Amino acid sequence: MAIFLTEKSRVVVQGMTGAEGQKHTSRMLAAGTDIVGGVTPGKGGQSVDFAKRSIPVYGSCADAVAATGADVSVVFVPPKFTKGAVIEAVDAGIPLVVVITEGVPVHDTAAFFAHAEAAGVRVIGPNCPGIISPGQANAGIIPADIAGPGRIGLVSKSGTLTYQMMYELRDFGFSTAIGIGGDPIIGTTHIDALRAFQDDPDTDAIVMIGEIGGDAEERAAAFIAEHVTKPVVGYVAGFTAPEGKTMGHAGAIVSGSSGTAAAKQQALEAAGVKVGKTPTETAELLRAVLHAEVAV
Amino acid sequence: MDLMEYQAKELFARHGVPVTLGRVIEDPADAASAAAELGGRVVVKAQVKTGGRGKAGGVKLAASAEEATARAGEILGMDIKGHTVHRVLLAPAAAIAEEYYFSFLVDRTNREYLCIASTEGGVEIEEVAHSNPDAIAKISIDPATGVDDAKAAEIVAAAGFPAGAEDVVRKLWDVFVAEDATLVEVNPLVKLADGSLEALDGKVTLDDSAAYRHADHASFEDRASADPLEAAAHDKGLNYVKLDGQVGIIGNGAGLVMSTLDVVAYAGEQYGVKPANFLDIGGGASAEVMANGLGIILGDAQVRSVFVNVFGGITACDAVSNGIVQALALLGKQADKPLVVRLDGNNVAEGRRILAQANHPLVTVVDTMDGAAARAAELAAQN
Repeated sequence: MAIFLTEKSRVVVQGMTGAEGQKHTSRMLAAGTDIVGGVTPGKGGQSVDFAKRSIPVYGSCADAVAATGADVSVVFVPPKFTKGAVIEAVDAGIPLVVVITEGVPVHDTAAFFAHAEAAGVRVIGPNCPGIISPGQANAGIIPADIAGPGRIGLVSKSGTLTYQMMYELRDFGFSTAIGIGGDPIIGTTHIDALRAFQDDPDTDAIVMIGEIGGDAEERAAAFIAEHVTKPVVGYVAGFTAPEGKTMGHAGAIVSGSSGTAAAKQQALEAAGVKVGKTPTETAELLRAVLHAEVAV
Repeated sequence: MDLMEYQAKELFARHGVPVTLGRVIEDPADAASAAAELGGRVVVKAQVKTGGRGKAGGVKLAASAEEATARAGEILGMDIKGHTVHRVLLAPAAAIAEEYYFSFLVDRTNREYLCIASTEGGVEIEEVAHSNPDAIAKISIDPATGVDDAKAAEIVAAAGFPAGAEDVVRKLWDVFVAEDATLVEVNPLVKLADGSLEALDGKVTLDDSAAYRHADHASFEDRASADPLEAAAHDKGLNYVKLDGQVGIIGNGAGLVMSTLDVVAYAGEQYGVKPANFLDIGGGASAEVMANGLGIILGDAQVRSVFVNVFGGITACDAVSNGIVQALALLGKQADKPLVVRLDGNNVAEGRRILAQANHPLVTVVDTMDGAAARAAELAAQN
C-alpha cells in the first residue's frame, strides 16, 4: 500500500518547464509515476514531450487540478518563487506538496507551512529528495533504480544517505522511502512518517536516519517508545561534528549541548531502537531483525 | 551568518531599536581619540562571534582615554574560544537600572517562531532556565500573524517588562522579519536610570538562504576572521568546513559527508588521525567541481590523505570517475597526496572500470565505505 504516495497518485510538477523540472519529470515518468501535468505561470496551454507521453502545461495549480484531478504536486521552482508556488498548490486543494527546492529562506518556509497546516495539507521538504514508493510512483529526485518494492519503510533527513541505505538493503526492497530534508523547518517529520509506517500493512520494519541539530530524533524516540510496535533501526550522522559549525544542511548544527548525535543515539536506544555505528552496520542490524522475524 | 555585536546594533538602529553605536577600532592607537569623542567612562568590548566574552576578559571598563588605549591593547589580538579579536567596540558606560533578556528565534520543534523573555538578564539564560525556570517567559508566535500590537502586549506582560516596552518589542520583530534573521537576541536589554530601554548588546543570525534579497548583508561578511581555506571554498561555491585533522574528505550530500567524517574518525582512532574537513560537492559531481574541491583540500598543509566518498544517484558513478580522472589531470603536480575512492550506486561497475583503466598512481579504489575509511586513515598515518 505504501505511505503518502501510491500508484493511484496523480502528480503535477510545478516548474516542469525548467531544466531540473524537465529532467526529473522524465525520470519520474520512467519510474511509472502518473504525471498528469506541469504548472508554469504564463505557459498554460503548452505541452512538453517526453519519451512516451506529451504532458500538458497549465498556467496555475487551480487549472491543473480542475483539468486533471491532481492530488500531489512536486515543486522544482527556484527559491524565490517557492513560497508562492506552495501556497498556490495548497489553495488549489492539492493534499500533498513535495518541495524539492534547496535554499528556501526559513521565513518563507514558516509562512507556507503555516498556510498548509491550516488547510490540512501535507508538505514534504523543502530541500529534500522527495518520496518514492518503488514500483508505484516517484515524486522527487530519488533514483528509482536503486531498489525495488519490498516491505521496509525508510525515513531520512539526508538524500544521499537515503540512497545509500536503499542500496545496502536493495535485496529486501522498500514500501516507501521518504527524504524529509535537513532544513530548520520541514513539513513532514520523522514522527509523521513513523506513524504512517506503523499503520501501513505493507511495511514490516522501519529504518530511521537522523543527523545533528534540533531535537527531532529525540521526539521521534519518545513517539516510538509509545506508539510503534514494528521493529525500528536507526542511524545518526554527525558524531564528530564540532559545535557551532553548520554541516551542509542549514539545520545541521550542534549548539552547546543540544543537537548532538550522542544525545540522539541515547534517546533512540532508550526507546528500544538499535542504532548502527555506520550506514553498513545499520543495514546489517535491519537484516538481523528481518531474519529473526522470519525465523519466528 | 552570525553577526558581531556592532553589526547587530547597526541593524537594530536601522529599525529604530534604541542602541548606542559607539566606535569600532582595529588599532589600539585609535582608542584614545574614540574614547575622548565618546566622553566619560567607556566600555571596551571584543567583537567576536561567540558568547562568554565577559568571562574571557574581552569586556573591560575604562575611566579615561589612557585606560581605553591600554584596555584596547589588551583585548585586540586576544583569543576567545578560538576566535581572534580583530576589532573592539568602544561604547559609553550606561547608567543601568535593570537588565533583561530578550530573543526572537525559529522554533524548529513547533515549526513557528518563539519569543523568550526574562527580567533576569545579563547572565547565561540557560542557567536561569535551569535554576529558575519560572523567571523565563516563552511565547509562541504564529508565522501567519506575527507580532501585532496584541502579541507585543502579551510578550511584555508575560515577561514582566515595564509598560511601554511594546515599542521595542515591535521594532525587534521588524529586525527579525525584515532582515530574514533566524535569531535576534538582546542580552542585556536594559532599563536606564531615566526609565528608557536600550539594547546594550546584540546577537543576530542571518539566514544565508535569504541573502539574495539582502544585497546589503554582504558587507557584514568578516573576511579577516574567516579561515583562508573556507574563504577560498566559499568563493568557488563549495560547501566546506575546515576541521583539525589529516584525512581530507570529499563526498556528495551533507548527510553522507557527515557520516563519512564519523566513519573516518572511528577508523582513525588506532592511528591517531582525524578528518581534516567537511566538503559536500553536491549531487552533480562534475570534473570542475571535483577539481575545485580537491584543490581546496590539497591546499590544507595538514592533509596526508584524501577520501573521496561518492554515492552515484542522479550523477552515476561513471560520470564521477571521469570527474576524478579529469580533476587529477587538471591539478597535475598539485595533486600529491594519496586518494582513496569509494564508489557505490548507479553504474558502479563502469565507474570502477574507468578508475582501474586510468590507473593513476595516487588512486586506490576500495569497494566499501568502512573499508575505504580504514585505508584512508592508514595512509594518512604513513605519510
